[in-house]
Amino acid sequence: MLNIIFNYLIFPGFLFSVCIGLIAGWFDRKVTARLQWRKGPPWYQNFADILKLLGKETILPSSAKLTFLLAPCLGLASLVLVATILGRNIISPSQGFSGDLVVVLYLLVIPAISLILGASASRNPLASVGASREMKLILAYELPFILSIIAIIIKSGGAIQFGTILNHQALFGSNIFSWSGLIAFLVSVLCIQAKLGFVPFDVSEAEQEIMGGVLIEYSGLPLAIFKLIKAMLLYTLPVLLIILFLGQNLTMLSVIGKFIALLIVIILIKNTSPRLRIDQSLRFFWRIPTLLAILAVILGYFGL
Amino acid sequence: MSHKVIVPIGPYHPLQEEPEFFQLYVEGEKVVDIDIIIGYNHRGIEKICESKHYDQIAFVVERICGICSSSHPYAYVLAVEDILGGEGAVVPERALYIRTIIDELQRIHSHLLWLGLAGHFIGYNTVWMWAWKYREPILDMFEMITGNRNNYAMFKVGGVRRDIKEEDLPLLNKTLDELLPALEMFRGAVMDDPVIQARLKGAGILTKEQAIEWCVIGPTARASGVNIDVRRDEPYGALLLGTIDWNVVLQKEGDVYAKTLVRIFEMQDSVNIIRQCLKKLPNGPIDADVKDIPPGEGIGRVEAPRGECIHYIKSDGTNRPVRHKIRAPSFMNVASNKVAAVGGTIADATITLAAVDPCYCCTERVAVINRSTDKKIMNGWDLIKLSQEKTNKIKEMLL
Repeated sequence: MLNIIFNYLIFPGFLFSVCIGLIAGWFDRKVTARLQWRKGPPWYQNFADILKLLGKETILPSSAKLTFLLAPCLGLASLVLVATILGRNIISPSQGFSGDLVVVLYLLVIPAISLILGASASRNPLASVGASREMKLILAYELPFILSIIAIIIKSGGAIQFGTILNHQALFGSNIFSWSGLIAFLVSVLCIQAKLGFVPFDVSEAEQEIMGGVLIEYSGLPLAIFKLIKAMLLYTLPVLLIILFLGQNLTMLSVIGKFIALLIVIILIKNTSPRLRIDQSLRFFWRIPTLLAILAVILGYFGL
Repeated sequence: MSHKVIVPIGPYHPLQEEPEFFQLYVEGEKVVDIDIIIGYNHRGIEKICESKHYDQIAFVVERICGICSSSHPYAYVLAVEDILGGEGAVVPERALYIRTIIDELQRIHSHLLWLGLAGHFIGYNTVWMWAWKYREPILDMFEMITGNRNNYAMFKVGGVRRDIKEEDLPLLNKTLDELLPALEMFRGAVMDDPVIQARLKGAGILTKEQAIEWCVIGPTARASGVNIDVRRDEPYGALLLGTIDWNVVLQKEGDVYAKTLVRIFEMQDSVNIIRQCLKKLPNGPIDADVKDIPPGEGIGRVEAPRGECIHYIKSDGTNRPVRHKIRAPSFMNVASNKVAAVGGTIADATITLAAVDPCYCCTERVAVINRSTDKKIMNGWDLIKLSQEKTNKIKEMLL
């Protein structure tokens, strides 16, 4: 029992994933800054930001206070669970349970839903625009994302469990080195860009258009929790990709290397494209990535 | 769905760092109507100018706008020289060339600034930082020539205040040479990137008819195919001499993409003009040493980076103008958003609002309104009358 609480709250759950996520966030800011000929912040900047937000006053809208406050907690709790499941699987693949992949997929949608909930509860017109954009974005990216994961499941012999997928990769090499795996990987990288809310798919926040959109009414502690959610997503999503696509030879050093490589890919995409409109994002995801993901499923079925 | 929601842009908004207020009436994502409210930053510059003497006014009008801070003093000195018989008759040839060099350098720095901001508005922060990085050497050149990065204090009635030194020419030429590949890169980045094209093409279209109807000027008009450019229609500076070879940049589409291209091509043209000026720079005096301004009226027109900037001066023979009237280009361009931004989405509206390169502090007007009846107590003309009465009173006191 104590072991589970330790796993959930400290390692590899809440505290660990938050710290790694905040440092990954700093890495993002630093690389972005270097790409733009700026200096970038010191490594503790994101921690300082969170600390500062904790000390600020929390302003509540007059309507739906409870939903407004509970929404960020809901997102955080679900992400902590994701981080725990993924972390335990990386440490030892046999610790998983049957169907944990489906659980993680479900839990990964909840942060986005919590954003929509909180934004809608605040009753701000800009937040409602942001919420509707976020909702459309979920519809856009979930389909190719799940399809690309189905391709991996089929390839690994139909097992819906991280442990089995990891064992399969340990025997036959990482999934990314097969055609279906490579295509599915490319599709998922685009999808997690949208899940992270990074350019070109940051329409729901779009500060120049709707001033932070979904987050506009948040301040103080709830805003800090949303920032933590963003930071944890920056940790959990690359780790999920590592488990699914780069699962061979998971030593401490190689996981860190793969994590940084994935981060750099994400940051480069973020810094070399403008923001797409929501209708363009929807059209984009439902055309090329979805077709590619279907192709990956077919290829995976034939074992390629 | 016919539920209209107002999305406010301004008065304080991350989109544009100046106080302006756009009310977007939206249905879902679609913008169905727009209200443009300005007037947060009125400073009464015209009135201030009437209490300064002719040499001081050049400094005052320079502070109308920090970005086109050579267009306003230039238009002002042109207006005064118009009373004296025209720029060509008064100003020495070397000063004409220096004026054009400053004016075109300013166009490059202003367009680069806009390019960066446009990148920022569509979420492309890398373009923002890169464009501003390449703007930096231009500001350094300003500092080298004039001693100031932004308010240059170069223009005076009858000439310019500072000469371009012979030893500065190599560095100036080198900076321009280094700028050209960067401009070529930006052109390529805009024309070859499918994602940028997806965002900019078809956004905020202003057709040629609409452009003429709404009286837009400058790059906004030229992107819609309206062939106007003060530099060609009523040349000034070195362009007056006919020795400089250049073209007016035109695009037909009228969308944000065309406006971007017009500005990028204009920067390349400006580099071209400055290089020719530097090559042909004649020797001689830089100032005609004008003593008295005779009574009369004069108009100065300058193609500012945002469009035609007009100054009107009425002199009664004293050392101060009786009336100074300024019309800044954004005043004409901002209103065209009423047609350009309506019908698009909120995402398109933000970049469309920014695409006219608005500059609110030069655009401000004031009217006194009775709030309960919505009637104007004082319009522009009443204010002018009031200010003239006051000026006369001061003059009587001085005499």
